[in-house]
Amino acid sequence: MDDLYREVILDHYKNPRGHGVIEDADASAEGVNPLCGDEVAIYVAFEEDGETIEEVKFSGRGCAISQAATSMLTEMVQGRTADEVGRLSKDELLEEVGIPNMSPIRIKCALLGLGVLKVALHRAKGTPLPEEWAGLDEEFQVR
Amino acid sequence: MAVGADLKLDVAALRADFPILGQEINGKPLAYLDSAVTAQKPRQMLEAMTRFYETSYANVHRGVYSLAERATEAFEGAREKVTRLVNAPSSRELIFTRNATESLNLVAYAWGLTNLGPGDGVVVTELEHHSNFVPWQYVARRTGADFRMIPLTGSGELDLDALDGIAAQGDVKVVATNLVSNALGTVNPVERLAEWAHEQGAIAVVDAAQAAPHRVIDVQALGCDFLAFSAHKLCGPSGVGALWGRRALLEAMEPFNLGGHMIKKVQFEQTTWGDLPHKFEAGTSPIAEAVGFGAAVDYITGVGLEAIEQHEHELVSYALERLAEVPGIVLYGPSPERRAGIVSFNMDGVHPHDVAQVLDWEGVAIRAGHHCCQPLMQRLGVAATNRASFYLYTLPEEIDRLAEGLLRVRKVFG
Repeated sequence: MDDLYREVILDHYKNPRGHGVIEDADASAEGVNPLCGDEVAIYVAFEEDGETIEEVKFSGRGCAISQAATSMLTEMVQGRTADEVGRLSKDELLEEVGIPNMSPIRIKCALLGLGVLKVALHRAKGTPLPEEWAGLDEEFQVR
Repeated sequence: MAVGADLKLDVAALRADFPILGQEINGKPLAYLDSAVTAQKPRQMLEAMTRFYETSYANVHRGVYSLAERATEAFEGAREKVTRLVNAPSSRELIFTRNATESLNLVAYAWGLTNLGPGDGVVVTELEHHSNFVPWQYVARRTGADFRMIPLTGSGELDLDALDGIAAQGDVKVVATNLVSNALGTVNPVERLAEWAHEQGAIAVVDAAQAAPHRVIDVQALGCDFLAFSAHKLCGPSGVGALWGRRALLEAMEPFNLGGHMIKKVQFEQTTWGDLPHKFEAGTSPIAEAVGFGAAVDYITGVGLEAIEQHEHELVSYALERLAEVPGIVLYGPSPERRAGIVSFNMDGVHPHDVAQVLDWEGVAIRAGHHCCQPLMQRLGVAATNRASFYLYTLPEEIDRLAEGLLRVRKVFG
């Protein structure tokens, strides 16, 4: 049970990486989880090639799981291309978050940041929003 | 019945009526502190439903055979019990619905769409559950009416000083309020609001979903025009609720759902509506659920609503005291004397979902979220709160476990 709030999760929650705003971001989006009102805004800056992610920042408020997962996500995607992140699976993030047997409700918390990032990249770069993510922008009320 | 002369509940004895409460969650005894969202069920109510299904079940108001008569008698007997629970003048004014939400939608659609127009004022409160907020907002938009809000004071009570300003905006036609707030536990001055509504020539619509299980309700003393509540919050089954309305208003209203049972005569050219309450009960009713509703009313009135209210008052006072001892707790809502058995709070720096999750490890079940009150959350400046809520089976020891669980939350999140 304590896996849910193990050291690394709490560390990311209390000291989130990539917390903040990028002014003049190359890609951005905001989303809300209507279940709990959690909000995440994601900002992306690309390197000169316009494809490789130089930096991702996020702001918002939410539970430890949503905030820690988004914090981990910013580290995971740095240096990857928009296309690669567009194809990043839910499982890859959940594996990184590393909480076994998470309940469906908490899985949604963990995926909020990734869903918003995918929508931001989709809008800016036309990266695909695969079947499993389609509709998520509506579900998370992404603006 | 387990009640002493001083209205003291014998909670330990009452708990034996609730089979679900005997179990363990995550290796700890279940402390169910979420009765505001739905109440647990006593064996007496469950047995009444089973007995009805096993001995008397048929559709109601249709067959001429004995079994159908017996079913109809049980169904209408339940209507009488629910009518008496709120001291309504006649059981013909008591309509069975699916839940309190459907009761409120019935009024919003069947009364609102016909009687509201551009410039009319539809007044709700910042404390409303979405069920008494969204239907009115929607019907106001459909009819061009003006959607207005009674604001809250800092302590989470309705700011009645704002009423004059709302009236000055002209033509108030609907005043919709809850009797007890599901999010903060605030007990609202419904008599006063109903009186004010009538001074404006408006109808007063009361959401009593959070009040009917916990205190004596008298629609004639409240002076309102409609009152909505559900069975599942008062130890009854889910799937059935009630709407009481003044006969003259109900008779003048258009129907809500159309179909079988609600008609007098159907011809190719036109259909005439049935008498009350049938006009508003299209299709097969939740029959056994209504019988369970009646049995639940028997149960809570047998325990005694005054005693239940007093018990919850003691619990809420104790909970506010215990929670105030936990470092970093922010409490919302009014002082205990103007509040029902509901405590809404946040822990500094810890999201409600995380609080509720850690409490679940301790077997303590509380609600975390916006409680279907997003306008209120906006007003409080939070995304969500934690909410513990009590009922006749709640023990003070369970509040101790809540307080101890919160100390563990504090420890986990440092």
